[in-house]
Amino acid sequence: MKQLFSGPALATFAAAAVMNVSAVLAAQTSITVGMQLEPPNLDPTGGAAAAIDEVVYANVFEGLTRYQADGSVAPALAKSWTISDDGLVYTFSLHSGVKFHDGSAMDAEDVKFSLDRARAEDSTNAQKRLFTGIASVDAVDALTVKITLSNPDGGFITNLAWGDAVIVAPESIENAKTAPVGTGPFTFSRWVQGDRVELARNPDYWGDAVALEKATFKFISDPTAAFAAMMAGDIDAFPGYPAPETLPQFEADPRFRVIVGSTEGETILSTNNKAENLSDVRVRQAIAHAIDRQAIIDGAMFGYGTPIGTHFAPHHPDYVDLTGGSAHDPAKARALLKEAGAENLTLSLKLPPPSYARRGGEIIAAQLREVGIGTEIENLEWAQWLEQVFRGKDFDLTIVSHTEPMDIGIYANPDYYFQYDSAAFQGLIEDLKLATAPADRTRILQAAQKQIAGDYVNGYLFQLARTGVANARINGLWENAPTQANDLTGVSWSD
Amino acid sequence: MTARLPLTLVVGLALTAVFVAAALLSLVWTPHAVESLNIAARLQPASAEHLLGTDHFGRDMLSMLMVGARTSIAVAIVAVGIGMALGVPLGLLAAANHGGVIDDLVMRGNDLVFAFPALVIAILITAVFGPSAFNAILAIGIFNTPVFARVTRGGALAVWTQEFILAARVSGKGVVRISLEHILPNIASLLIVQGTIQFSLGILAEAGLSYVGLGAQPPLPSWGRMLADSQTMISFAPHLAVLPGLAIIATVLGLNLTGDGLRDHLDPRLRRRR
Amino acid sequence: MLSYILSRLVALALSLVVASLVIFVMIELVPGDPASFMLGLNAAPDTVAALRAELGLGGSPVERYLRWVGGMLQGDFGTSYTYRAPVAELVTARLAVSLPLALMALLLSTLIAIPVGLYAASRRGRPGDWSVMGLTQLGIAIPNFWFAMILVVIFAINLRWFSAGGFPGWDQGIWPSLKALTLPAVALALPQASILARVMRSAVLEVLGQDYIRTARAKGLSRRRTLTDHALRNALIPVLTIIGLQFSFLIAGAIIIENVFFLPGLGRLVFQGITQRDLIVVESVVMLLVFAVILVNFLVDIAYGLADPRLRRRS
Repeated sequence: MKQLFSGPALATFAAAAVMNVSAVLAAQTSITVGMQLEPPNLDPTGGAAAAIDEVVYANVFEGLTRYQADGSVAPALAKSWTISDDGLVYTFSLHSGVKFHDGSAMDAEDVKFSLDRARAEDSTNAQKRLFTGIASVDAVDALTVKITLSNPDGGFITNLAWGDAVIVAPESIENAKTAPVGTGPFTFSRWVQGDRVELARNPDYWGDAVALEKATFKFISDPTAAFAAMMAGDIDAFPGYPAPETLPQFEADPRFRVIVGSTEGETILSTNNKAENLSDVRVRQAIAHAIDRQAIIDGAMFGYGTPIGTHFAPHHPDYVDLTGGSAHDPAKARALLKEAGAENLTLSLKLPPPSYARRGGEIIAAQLREVGIGTEIENLEWAQWLEQVFRGKDFDLTIVSHTEPMDIGIYANPDYYFQYDSAAFQGLIEDLKLATAPADRTRILQAAQKQIAGDYVNGYLFQLARTGVANARINGLWENAPTQANDLTGVSWSD
Repeated sequence: MTARLPLTLVVGLALTAVFVAAALLSLVWTPHAVESLNIAARLQPASAEHLLGTDHFGRDMLSMLMVGARTSIAVAIVAVGIGMALGVPLGLLAAANHGGVIDDLVMRGNDLVFAFPALVIAILITAVFGPSAFNAILAIGIFNTPVFARVTRGGALAVWTQEFILAARVSGKGVVRISLEHILPNIASLLIVQGTIQFSLGILAEAGLSYVGLGAQPPLPSWGRMLADSQTMISFAPHLAVLPGLAIIATVLGLNLTGDGLRDHLDPRLRRRR
Repeated sequence: MLSYILSRLVALALSLVVASLVIFVMIELVPGDPASFMLGLNAAPDTVAALRAELGLGGSPVERYLRWVGGMLQGDFGTSYTYRAPVAELVTARLAVSLPLALMALLLSTLIAIPVGLYAASRRGRPGDWSVMGLTQLGIAIPNFWFAMILVVIFAINLRWFSAGGFPGWDQGIWPSLKALTLPAVALALPQASILARVMRSAVLEVLGQDYIRTARAKGLSRRRTLTDHALRNALIPVLTIIGLQFSFLIAGAIIIENVFFLPGLGRLVFQGITQRDLIVVESVVMLLVFAVILVNFLVDIAYGLADPRLRRRS
């Protein structure tokens, strides 16, 4: 749409607008970041919502270790650590002079408190499984912590980098849900519920000082509103921007920069492997051949996304491209259905709220209709989806993006909602736990990818892209999303 | 003055007829199938092939609007039907029992339903039963009921005071028979007018519910959802959001004009007053 | 008179009990467990159970109902599951947006509607009347969320006179807050103004048809004076009634507009509460809204009763 009005008649209004702009120019040290979902609370150790981490991870709270922009794990509150030869005892030495935002010192007792709290019987930590391998946590001295595991776990250092494993203080944890107190470079200022969270620079930060003085996270759930807010300049950056269809407009506009990165989200057409008809591998294979991945990526994500043929991230070095085994082939799909004696199928297709699911669902329904499979689409909210699909297993098909990193192991659990029960695959995962040599791990991981692709467990669609928009003068935002976070520690404005 | 009355009615009926015709035609024929997606041909402007262009899935907009008319009209009609089926008997009953316990109960119940925030309850209903066209109908229908009950009661009370009713009572007819044989026909015009207005409100309500994703589910096209699905594209494909908006406006306008025209035409009392 | 008020009071109490039961049953029926929603996909069953206990979700439905109603009678509307803040506090914070928004929309629509209605009435049957009435028909037919969308495209995206939404908060100054509420208020006011203008017009015409107006005119009062001195004042009664109705609609009915402009208002609190299964918020806010309307009805009843003794006798 072109500029609707122009000309000198609007000069007065333009002057007013310019005044606003200059006010913004003077304050180059604040940023307003858009987020689609508002966090329900601000305690990352007491809730699963990704939105919590997207506000506080690395900004307000820190763990012993942390994720970096490239997905690697680096030391954070822990300066260094040693691992005993049997892989059971981890000894961390902590940075000295670290203070919580309330002024109290962060020491080994706080680490012990945080980890013991997370793994306790009555813990409400959403990722309690990260801590189940811990046998004991001991504060050796003020700056040394010894953690003993019950079994060796090569992923333990990574586990500690999760937002659910940040270090909190016993004095302030009571109010962390509404007034979080961490050790990070930003302190919590205030939360206008339903609208925004404001953070301010922590003057007493133990590490490198950050460039920003003030950061505001503003919550805009509606994609249209997000577009409007970005275009109107109300928002400086929207890292998880929800309307990919409008990205070409931002690309064409010199005021903005479009950031496209990868996520850990394998987006799949989850199939209930125990459902009538769908327990027949031929029917599942027919569905796989009925799907035109590129049409879904184009139609639902406007071209953003990488086709996948199995449940594995394409940017992982061990990834195998198996898309050829489930290429778009309606004729073959129809033949398979005929062979299976399932020619007049009607399947339920239950769709959670994200647009990849809603739009993708409409496209898949049309593609399945091409091969003679009818669908009944039902749009669900997340709460209903969790209850009906994830826990109740009352579904035939659903579309969801599995955003946890390296989660192929879910296929070894026969009770997982898509109910894939394969002794061969479970054996592979058992082998993987024991394998330590990189070459062995690669071989097993690739075999696992092939196993589920060959069994057509689910329809493998695409790896979710992370599409973001930002003011062109902002530097240092994360491109990819190795974990859910809006790390602002490296963000600054250029002139 | 006399020339204006038919004009409102004529314009209103004409507008309404266009959309009803489009909806009926869509039952047997649409220019293109609305189920078939063609991603490669998406977001096209108007052309000879697609008279109103295509949407973000490459579907023909004209066909979508035609089927959307069907959804909107069907939902609104059934919702009005529910409102009438429940509200009119309640209103008749209350009027027949004027000043009695039943009357009081019906009116209190009416106030109670009116006291509930309609949109919130509609959202709750769809949260309980899942979003679907049927549940949208249910939600809209429930809130139509007290409207019809009130209008019926008001109209019926006026008729009860008239002499021919007295005559009927004297001849020994029961309350139920009088209500059905004498009262109902005399308030029919009132109900038709109210029905038209509720019909137009129903179209708006369905659009609103679909807009927040709680109305008819895909692949069934609905104007409200077409609007919601396409509004992020308003800056580069404005026709996607503008066309269903105009369709809603034209239909509601048509129905409102029809209702107004009918009221003036059917109710001589009001005609005099205007 | 006392017995009349008493009977109304009993009706009021009964209505509230019925309303609370209806709301409670609906909320009970909503599928989806708040605790497991909050903990997400990987939560272990015992974690969910721990959170359920913490949120007070245990006990039989009867116990929960009595606890809820008992709490409300003592002014305790419960604690939000997601925000972990008292519902009363959340409602107060949200009313700081919803109330001014409703007032602004109402003021706008009244300011537009009264002169327009008056003008149409004074030009009855002439082109001025038709065109104004035609426009109000259009105003009623336009879905306000669609209108809101168009306003955003024009005034926020293209002209950048207003921000596309959001609310800075009253502590950031009155002017920025009023500015943030302008577009939403305009979107809400359009259909209301159209309805009000039509009511105004017919009310004025009704008054103009009365005998005392004819007398006034016959006594030589000018047309304009008649209109402003007599017609306007008397026509205001039905107009005020409609304004009152619209106000309660605007408080709860702005959900969709609040979503378009991402305003932290009461409507969006309820909407969010439903999708996030923060059911205690939904339950208590809906009850509060219903209570407010029922209370107003009660007061109106009493007022009518005082004014019109015939009504008293009827009950």
